[in-house]
Amino acid sequence: MKKWVAGVTAMTALVLAGCEAGDVENQTGDEGSVKLGSMFELTGAVSAYGNAEANAVSLAIDEINEEGGIDGKTIELFEYDTKSEDTEAASVATKLATQDGVSAIIGPATSGATKSAIPSVNRAEVPLVSPSATDDTVTIDGNGDVQPFAYRIGFQDSFQGVSLAKFAETELDAQTAIILGDNSSDYATGLSATFKENFSGEVVGEENFTADESDFSAVLTRIKNEDFDVLFVPGYYEQAGLIIKQAREMGIEQPILGPDGFGNDTLIDLAGAGNVSDVYYTSHFSVNSEDPKVQGFIESYEETYGSEPDMFSALAYDAVFVVKQAIEEAGDNAPTAVNDALAELSDFEGITGAFSFDENHNPIKSVTIVELQDGEEVNTTEVSPK
Amino acid sequence: MENLIQQLINGLSLGSIYALLALGYTMVYGIIKLINFAHGEIYMIGAFVGYYVINYLGVGLIPALLLSMSFTAVLGVIIERVAYKPLRKSSRIAALITAIGVSYLLQNGMIYFVGPEVRSFPQVVENSLYTIGSFQVSKMQVLIIVTTFILMAGLQFIIQKTKMGKAMRAVSIDSQAAELMGINPDLVISFTFFLGSALAGAAGVLVGMYYNSINPMMGYAPGLKAFIAAVLGGIGIVPGAVLGGFAIGLIEVLISGYGNSMVRDAVVYGILIVILLVRPSGILGKHAKEKV
Amino acid sequence: MRILNKTNGIWMILIVLSFGLLQGAILLGLIDAFYEITLVTILINMILAIGLNVIIGFSGQFSLGHAGFMAIGAYATGILTKQFPNYGGMAAGIVVGGIIAGIVALIVGIPTLRLKGDYLAIATLGVAEIIRIIILNMGDLTNGAAGLSGIPYLSTWYIGFFLAVVVLIFAANYKYSSVGRATISVREDEIAAESLGIHTTRYKTIAFVMGAVTAAIAGSIHATYFSVISPDQFNFMKSIDILIIVVFGGIGSLTGSVIAATVLGVLNVFLQPFGSFRMILYAIALISIMIFKPSGLMGTKELNISSFIRKKDKSENKKREEKVR
Repeated sequence: MKKWVAGVTAMTALVLAGCEAGDVENQTGDEGSVKLGSMFELTGAVSAYGNAEANAVSLAIDEINEEGGIDGKTIELFEYDTKSEDTEAASVATKLATQDGVSAIIGPATSGATKSAIPSVNRAEVPLVSPSATDDTVTIDGNGDVQPFAYRIGFQDSFQGVSLAKFAETELDAQTAIILGDNSSDYATGLSATFKENFSGEVVGEENFTADESDFSAVLTRIKNEDFDVLFVPGYYEQAGLIIKQAREMGIEQPILGPDGFGNDTLIDLAGAGNVSDVYYTSHFSVNSEDPKVQGFIESYEETYGSEPDMFSALAYDAVFVVKQAIEEAGDNAPTAVNDALAELSDFEGITGAFSFDENHNPIKSVTIVELQDGEEVNTTEVSPK
Repeated sequence: MENLIQQLINGLSLGSIYALLALGYTMVYGIIKLINFAHGEIYMIGAFVGYYVINYLGVGLIPALLLSMSFTAVLGVIIERVAYKPLRKSSRIAALITAIGVSYLLQNGMIYFVGPEVRSFPQVVENSLYTIGSFQVSKMQVLIIVTTFILMAGLQFIIQKTKMGKAMRAVSIDSQAAELMGINPDLVISFTFFLGSALAGAAGVLVGMYYNSINPMMGYAPGLKAFIAAVLGGIGIVPGAVLGGFAIGLIEVLISGYGNSMVRDAVVYGILIVILLVRPSGILGKHAKEKV
Repeated sequence: MRILNKTNGIWMILIVLSFGLLQGAILLGLIDAFYEITLVTILINMILAIGLNVIIGFSGQFSLGHAGFMAIGAYATGILTKQFPNYGGMAAGIVVGGIIAGIVALIVGIPTLRLKGDYLAIATLGVAEIIRIIILNMGDLTNGAAGLSGIPYLSTWYIGFFLAVVVLIFAANYKYSSVGRATISVREDEIAAESLGIHTTRYKTIAFVMGAVTAAIAGSIHATYFSVISPDQFNFMKSIDILIIVVFGGIGSLTGSVIAATVLGVLNVFLQPFGSFRMILYAIALISIMIFKPSGLMGTKELNISSFIRKKDKSENKKREEKVR
């Protein structure tokens, strides 16, 4: 019986602690502030991307607040974890939009979570800007109409797939390609589909892995015996780094082509610099850029979090400034006013390039393809997908 | 044919990782009939300990292995004492949920304190390829396969030849009767966790070294696969765990190499179910008569 | 036993009362859109937990694959309601999903339910993973890894509440029916039950199929409430989440499952402001609850209203017992 009482007490304490934390956050709200929501995958399967983005969001907001906020109002940030679960994303988006009354929501990192959050923000009429949801259907609904409250900063899959296919034929003179992707990820399936559609050469093989694997030797042994010109790996740096390492060690010498998911220096650490040659990937952002804005971001990110920012954090950082510009242009922080300004947003200049939103709320950006030799960035090529 | 041999080598090295992990599952299950879901997370912690001691103390592979094994061994014993021991008299499913809780705690604790991002593991052993005829074996592959066999042999020796091993076997057959014979079951169970967790720590360091990649979520998928391997080989039986690990590794590699890699996991589970139906206690399991 | 006896009456009043309370709170604005999502999540989890409790708690079979059957219901309803975006489509989805889940459970159950304990757990885990991988590879019908989005928003909390009540009443009646008692005897002692002429595999299969069908119903609500489904949502961790609710509430206790689904749903909301620290707190709460109360909140007992009544009017009770004798 005593144990039972102790258990209940522990539970009650936890619940009370939860209430208190909630209250504190609600009390700090005042009229002179702009409320923004941040919802990312802080725990669970994709928490590496979620944390990189959440870090950049709070960094950007600290910077804005230090410089006097938006139109003199400080930003108040409401930050939640979606646990890498889609239903939690729907719940958190509703909480931000209705209870916390934010002007705009930034996040989540992945397409699935973003798609789950969209019905909630549509009902509450609060704009949501996802830094890195790439699936084509994120910003358009089933009938092909634009989702009125959803925006993204990253490339959409089809846009990137077209550019990569084009790059493979024109710059790499590839006649044949093999695709090695994660078929349990919509990122990979979306990219492979558009690559296949737009590649004028022949896709001679399609192989799969799953995100939690680290041993690709079986599938690479099989690939090694095929005759092909380029290996396309639509995936993230965690697996791509290992694939590059294992492929090069095995003696697969063909160029390896990748999407923006390669954009993290860990890729080179994982593969070993010596193995990262003839690797090409699309990029929004380069840590070697001379742009003082980019360098400033890299410096303050490293100072705050002790690691180099990646593509995900750069996109999330820009998402905050996109929202800031929209609020300034609207001259109002009511969610619908912000949303109208977002839809009209043009000539935004961020660290991932200058862009405007098109009619489907996708950024109009050019694609830069980075070439890596011995782990160093040696060349960049701009490809226009049209 | 050359290709097949190459794929078999790939399968053996993948399988030996599953086998190393499966050993820990099988030992704990054998003695207290608990599916220790936190085992994969102990393996993850082992990899991180290896990462930190190599990076910050600058030690080599063998000391890193030993340090990591002792750390995880102690951690395993602490987890057993704090979380599992109070539940020894209650239902097994309650203990299972506790194990899941411990697994959440370790994984999310690591995400919270060290961050969820993937890290590259410091390379203290220069990896090199040996080419024999037309196929290749890497030094790390040899190292992993050899370590697995050494650890399995050592484990088998402890269980079959030492006094503690005898006590472990006694407790696993009938804990009460063992207690009447003067064996302290608590001590024996703690020792089992000590051994199993040390093996997980070793696996963590070896995997970190082999794949050059660690992160707080790395324990989940191999943990599940290793448990399946343990069941396949006959849970509670040491050689069975190794056999199961190699079997799963080989099946996976052969499907990826010759079949459709899209349905690989489905086929692995399918084979597992069929084997369980034909031999419900696993490949090496003895069919126990039910007591009425 | 009359249908309209005191116990059932009180249960009916309780159900109507909780419905009225929720409805009143919504009308008064105490439950806003956010609490409504939480409420529907709790109701879905309730249905899942009751279904799993029928398998684990009543028949004593350890299933780790509940999310797989939920996926079948969700996809059946998702596909059908995208074609027929009305309540007819949803009803068809629930029926079709339930039937497919039931058939799959039957096919899988007959051979695998011969397995014992943890072997069965692994087999069911494998089945759920196979279901997920099949859905992943079904091409345009299921849209692969990206899943289905834009499923019409048909479910409301009324539908969730109604179906949760139906499932609960069904499971409760099952528990006290002769089939249910036979099933429970299998849990208590399979060999003894068999020696009394109970066809154990049959009763285990009945429980397994029932659990699968209810999971499919929960999946249907999930699909039409959240409007986005993908194979990833129905992974092994989802099965574990449901298992946690069942064990926390008490294995074999239906009211326990109801209470546990509610408590854990509310706990999740209270922990939301902690961000990434939440999962650590959740893990610690889970471990401490299990250590201090390993049989769950309710053990195998139910929140028993009839015993409550009996205490009040013993005389009537005695008369009834005399009649029985």
